[in-house]
Amino acid sequence: MNSRNLGWLISGSIISSTAWAESKYNLTQGVTDVSREVYDLHMLVLYICTVIGVIVFGAIFWSMFFHRKSKGHVPATFHESTKVELLWTIIPIFILVAMAYPATITLIDIENNEDSDLTIQVTGSQWKWHYSYFDQGVEFYSNLSTPRSQWDNLSGEGEAKGENYLLEVDNHLVIPTNRKVRFLITSDDVIHSWWVPAFAVKQDAVPGFINEAWTKVTEPGTYRGQCAELCGKDHGYMPIVVDVLPEQEFDGWLQTRKEAAIAAAEAEKASLAERMTMEEAMALGESTYQSACAACHQPNGMGLPPAFPALKGSKIALGDVTKHIDVVVNGVSGTSMQAFGKQLTYKQLAAVVTYERNAWGNNTGDLVQTSDVKAATAE
Amino acid sequence: MTTATDAVIDHHDHKATGIKRWLFTTNHKDIGTLYLWFAFIMFLTGGSMAMVIRAELFQPGLQLVDPDFFNQMTTVHGLIMVFGAVMPAFTGLANWMIPMMIGAPDMALPRLNNWSFWILPFAFTILLMSFFMGGAPNFGWTFYAPLSSTYSNGSTAFFVFAVHIMGISSIMGAINVIVTIMNMRAPGMTYMKMPLFVWTFFITAYLLIAVMPVLAGVVTMLLTDTYFGTSFFDAAGGGDPVLFQHIFWFFGHPEVYIMILPAFGIVSTTIPAFSRKKLFGYSSMVYATSSIAFLSFIVWAHHMFTTGMPLLGELFFMYCTMLIAVPTGVKVFNWMATMWRGAITFEVPMMFSIAFVILFTIGGFSGLMLAMAPVDFQYHDTYFVVAHFHYVLVTGSIFSIFAAAYYWLPKWTGHMFNEKLAKAHFWCSLISVNLLFFPMHFLGLAGMPRRIPDYALQFADFNMWVSIGGFAFGLSQLIFLAVVIKCIQGGEKAPAKPWDGAEGLEWTVPSPAPYHTFSTPPKID
Repeated sequence: MNSRNLGWLISGSIISSTAWAESKYNLTQGVTDVSREVYDLHMLVLYICTVIGVIVFGAIFWSMFFHRKSKGHVPATFHESTKVELLWTIIPIFILVAMAYPATITLIDIENNEDSDLTIQVTGSQWKWHYSYFDQGVEFYSNLSTPRSQWDNLSGEGEAKGENYLLEVDNHLVIPTNRKVRFLITSDDVIHSWWVPAFAVKQDAVPGFINEAWTKVTEPGTYRGQCAELCGKDHGYMPIVVDVLPEQEFDGWLQTRKEAAIAAAEAEKASLAERMTMEEAMALGESTYQSACAACHQPNGMGLPPAFPALKGSKIALGDVTKHIDVVVNGVSGTSMQAFGKQLTYKQLAAVVTYERNAWGNNTGDLVQTSDVKAATAE
Repeated sequence: MTTATDAVIDHHDHKATGIKRWLFTTNHKDIGTLYLWFAFIMFLTGGSMAMVIRAELFQPGLQLVDPDFFNQMTTVHGLIMVFGAVMPAFTGLANWMIPMMIGAPDMALPRLNNWSFWILPFAFTILLMSFFMGGAPNFGWTFYAPLSSTYSNGSTAFFVFAVHIMGISSIMGAINVIVTIMNMRAPGMTYMKMPLFVWTFFITAYLLIAVMPVLAGVVTMLLTDTYFGTSFFDAAGGGDPVLFQHIFWFFGHPEVYIMILPAFGIVSTTIPAFSRKKLFGYSSMVYATSSIAFLSFIVWAHHMFTTGMPLLGELFFMYCTMLIAVPTGVKVFNWMATMWRGAITFEVPMMFSIAFVILFTIGGFSGLMLAMAPVDFQYHDTYFVVAHFHYVLVTGSIFSIFAAAYYWLPKWTGHMFNEKLAKAHFWCSLISVNLLFFPMHFLGLAGMPRRIPDYALQFADFNMWVSIGGFAFGLSQLIFLAVVIKCIQGGEKAPAKPWDGAEGLEWTVPSPAPYHTFSTPPKID
């Protein structure tokens, strides 16, 4: 292939939008009507800019090649023209109106949050998402599931990275196709931003306020996104995964989750009578600690002071048990310490408190039982 | 102290020697030099932080720094480049050139001038000291509450006081520019005869006076929220975190024009000089600059489309933002028309100026794309935004500063710079800066959020290119340092007017410019 043909091929593929749409380097077309409208707008502006760019840069390069002193070009003397100035003020205004019109229509569409079929509350916190299906009794946290060993090369050898590295979570958000799903987005601590590119939904999660967004997905599948607003240390580690299921499958899924929620509540009650051995408590405590606490307090309990204090040798972990349970269950207001009461089961809470009181040389020997947590939180 | 006072009293080339000359100087050229060196040191400091960022992002996975330190790097890189590099560099140019361009003996308020420079090093010492006192600011240069208040790492107080001092310095500098331009123009130099360079700094100074107090206000509110129990930005106490963003961006948007309007003034000086043709549409340039300055006050919320604004608010800010394309377009068209049918030569200042026009325009295009609210929902907080503002700030503002430095170096030092080395600086910078920032557009479109220390695997290839571009661009700036040092030390003697197409009063004085110029004002017809 000679260079001229190659040039045509390249420019041809730049212009043909199908080539662009498939490219992993362009904006996604997404899987909703809104996301496709947004994509079209994006391409429209890109083409307009390209045309203007070709004209302006073309004129500049033309002057650079043909109006140079070394070619003996004598400078012209013109330096103003009201006619030309008016022309290049008015023409851009018309172009802008041509862009603003479709943008306005799409924006009105995006902001129409009415008539939804399903409402899900999305709550961001450092550094996980919580989803709650309104009036369904189904709610869960969604944490990054890429193991630390894959991303943390600082403390040890990095394992091979998986296919969805940093874009995988333990509990996927599940929504149905062809139903208008409304998201009510808020935050427990700092500002986060819930973004799924395939839906063209990006909405800030602001503590104390509720923002709305909606989507209506046409194609089933798994779609991934990330927190888009800097929210502290692990901002890069709070992805979003949404499974879109066909309507009937979704209804089945929701039913299963409802039943599971009821069963979990029963199990929680039953666990109050259980007695854990120290070994059981330490084992469960360690795994709970690694998934819920280690991001801030670090796997070795040393923390990242001053924002995230060490637990090794800390006053709370070595002091009064009830106070320790209170901190874990209710958090500490005005700090980064979250309330874990609704994130973990009684059994997990008991185990993690036990673990924190007996790991890394914190040898208190205290064994906290599920019933102790229940008793401490009842006060 | 006596020697400094003497120098002011008798208007000869007497000046204190050694460190005292620089500490006590009230001479606009000395202070300009101080500002420019300070800006360059800060440019290298902020640049090395960018290199830490790019080194960490070279490959997926955490290799070099932990996420918290990564956030400190992005935050302080931004703060230093904005407040420590670009703004002081422009103030330095204003100090050096405005009196010489309007035929004034010095700035109107020379002691204020000294002070506005000398508090700056303290501001940045406080900011940088925080690295050693429990961690530097890690909440982004935009310091959104409550991440920067309730959830900060304890650096908020250092940060707030540093910003206060920078703000005071900027306001004093701006007052000085305005007073000088209004009162000290040579007889006969009406406003519409002022060089466009002077006009853009004049308008910029008004923007500074208007918005720096707003910044001071918002950091103070942040300070009291963090340490004194107020709740301006805390919903639990009846405040609103989004209020923070409104106040911040009411400062922040004019701020970005503070960093680009002077650049317009610079290339409006250099392009006519090397095209050997008068600037096309001088008066329309003045009006366009003023319109941009005015519009900058009513577009701030386009940084906040995803915060949950009502539809009408989004429409208003979208339309106003798109409107900025009109006066900005006029400027680009005017530069194009100035070059058209000129007699162009390609000295280094011209090379940087042409690169400025083209690359700034690319930044303008992505700005127009970002202005479209529905699409901004996709672009917002991704690398597309990072690409956009680095095109306007690096290949925009910083390239214009290089153009200015090369254009006036002969006037400042009395020597021609080493053209070969300077051209190497240009080509290395041009190629590496595009390798650095162009792929960021694609990263953003493909969905990579900004301010993350690690990323999904599909972003790996471009991040590696970007990092290579980043290292190359950083190292290229050492060539500039070499050119400047060599030029100060010696070189071919520069005539009073080394560029045959250059116009303006600064070329009527010898090179290097004497310590005191225009003690008797020149007459302008």
